[in-house]
Amino acid sequence: MNATRAARHGVTLGWRNIAKFRHTPDQLLDILLMPITFVVMFVFLFGNAVSGDWHAYLRFVIPGIAVQALMFAMLGGALALNADMREGIHDRFRSLPIARSAPLVGHILGDCLKYVLSVVLVFAFGAALGFRFGGGALAVAGAAGLLMAFALATCWIGVLIGVAARNAETVQALSLVLIFPLTFGSNVFVPAEKLPGWLQAWVRINPVSQVTDAVRALTLGLPAGGSVPASLLWSAGIAAVFAPAAVLLYRRRG
Amino acid sequence: MRAVPAPCAGRASARPDRGRMTSSQKPAPASVPPGAIEAEGLVKRYGDTTALAGLDLIVPPGNVWGLLGPNGAGKTTVVRILSTLLRPDSGRASICGADVLRRPGRVRELIGLTGQFAAVDEALTGFENLLLVARLLELPGRRARERAGELLDRFGLSEAGGRLVRTYSGGMRRRLDVAASLLGTPSVLFLDEPTTGLDPRSRGDVWDLVRGLAADGTTVLLTTQYLEEADRLSHGISVIDHGRVVETGTPAQLKARVGRQTIELRPVDRGRVDDAEEIVAHVTGAAAVRDREGWLVSAALPVGGRAGAVLAEVAARLETAGIEVAEIGVRLATLDEVFLALTGHDEPVEAGR
Repeated sequence: MNATRAARHGVTLGWRNIAKFRHTPDQLLDILLMPITFVVMFVFLFGNAVSGDWHAYLRFVIPGIAVQALMFAMLGGALALNADMREGIHDRFRSLPIARSAPLVGHILGDCLKYVLSVVLVFAFGAALGFRFGGGALAVAGAAGLLMAFALATCWIGVLIGVAARNAETVQALSLVLIFPLTFGSNVFVPAEKLPGWLQAWVRINPVSQVTDAVRALTLGLPAGGSVPASLLWSAGIAAVFAPAAVLLYRRRG
Repeated sequence: MRAVPAPCAGRASARPDRGRMTSSQKPAPASVPPGAIEAEGLVKRYGDTTALAGLDLIVPPGNVWGLLGPNGAGKTTVVRILSTLLRPDSGRASICGADVLRRPGRVRELIGLTGQFAAVDEALTGFENLLLVARLLELPGRRARERAGELLDRFGLSEAGGRLVRTYSGGMRRRLDVAASLLGTPSVLFLDEPTTGLDPRSRGDVWDLVRGLAADGTTVLLTTQYLEEADRLSHGISVIDHGRVVETGTPAQLKARVGRQTIELRPVDRGRVDDAEEIVAHVTGAAAVRDREGWLVSAALPVGGRAGAVLAEVAARLETAGIEVAEIGVRLATLDEVFLALTGHDEPVEAGR
């Protein structure tokens, strides 16, 4: 099986996942509704309390909600992969003369679309409420790159969960156990300084905080400090651990 | 582009003519090299459970072969090994001469698989499901669309082709599933319990489909727990139990070889059933049983007994006792009785009528 054919099979299966969104937009709504709800809820409910001014809070919270949206998109991808692995369709793919990697590649390609859509939607919604990019085109492109790098790293955690879990409930539970401490125990909603000391230690090393810091700095035009290399390192580290683990388990299970 | 696999050689000559098969004939010549499906000594264990305990199977090209066994006998495990989804712990298997362990890629080009659970994507339309498989098989764009359309036509799904599979009935899904497994024009098709959970009419549709495939020369391995299904469709049957084949032959051979002949009679007067039963039991020396209605009396004939003599004696005694009979005769065992004799289990699920 040469690489070109394997890639073609992967792209074909990516097409499948994209065709699915087209037919069932409600599936997409799941991913999109969550960030919008979070924006509305946090900006208008807690904005004044945290920042004293919801406009200021909007600028603060939008980049972090984009990161959080990626985590929820990952959960959606894990559920879809898990459903495929449990149902007959995975056996169908495996009984066809196609690359073993193709179903996995197809999933990740399909997920990429969801990642891009959810990030774009968060910023578009933020812009409609008054969020303004302050860092110039290059910085925004950099922020987009950081977000995608982080998405592609964490998607392997999703793949691992999707392959390992016996059913959808387990996928949900495992993902939420992961997503909640990562996103709420971060500087996404509240600046780290305002948190109790014992929590600050975790919040500062949390990869979601690092990526949020970097994206916040790049989109608002603030000094980024060490957060850009730190978030890239985190993404590389997560991918280095979870991609091989996920592939190994996928090969054994599938 | 993927070449259409050439069918295994010699398929036409190897197919036994079930219409003229008698009990004295040998089973279909198993020596036609290579068998479309060959398995030898397949063993598969899951922890303490032995799914397969040295299973042997040879299916000549162009045959519909029934793999018949109760739940948990190992039918699905066999299919999964033969279709490269599962590695056996030991033993070997090949499809049209291609070893499933050493040349899985080649085997996948030769086979089509319709598993127990419908392997179609509910969130796509019927047409898209077939198009997806056609593209994965690397048919060029236009050819892929044509082929998907052809198969929808052939399976009576043209009108539903644009609808999401989610809206399909169980029978439609199953047909789409089989259509998807036929996209690559496989030489060997695996159908794992294709009619389980289908209503009688959809079941009839699947049966017609299998007959059509067989007429085209496709080798079909059909697992089923429905005896009627195996009886109607198969050129040959392997009965499996506890992970090994306990008997192989044509349906007629199995009935003749394994099942004992049975004498059956129905008195005109229902009130005389007890008397008739007594006579039959006395002559055959076997316990006589009644059908569900409690009217038809039957008993197995003694092994090696002469059916004519037994029948004559029963008839004579009935006459003496003054019992008029509505029907009387000697028949071969049903496949149900064969199954019971072979596995010692309760008969498997009876096919819906």
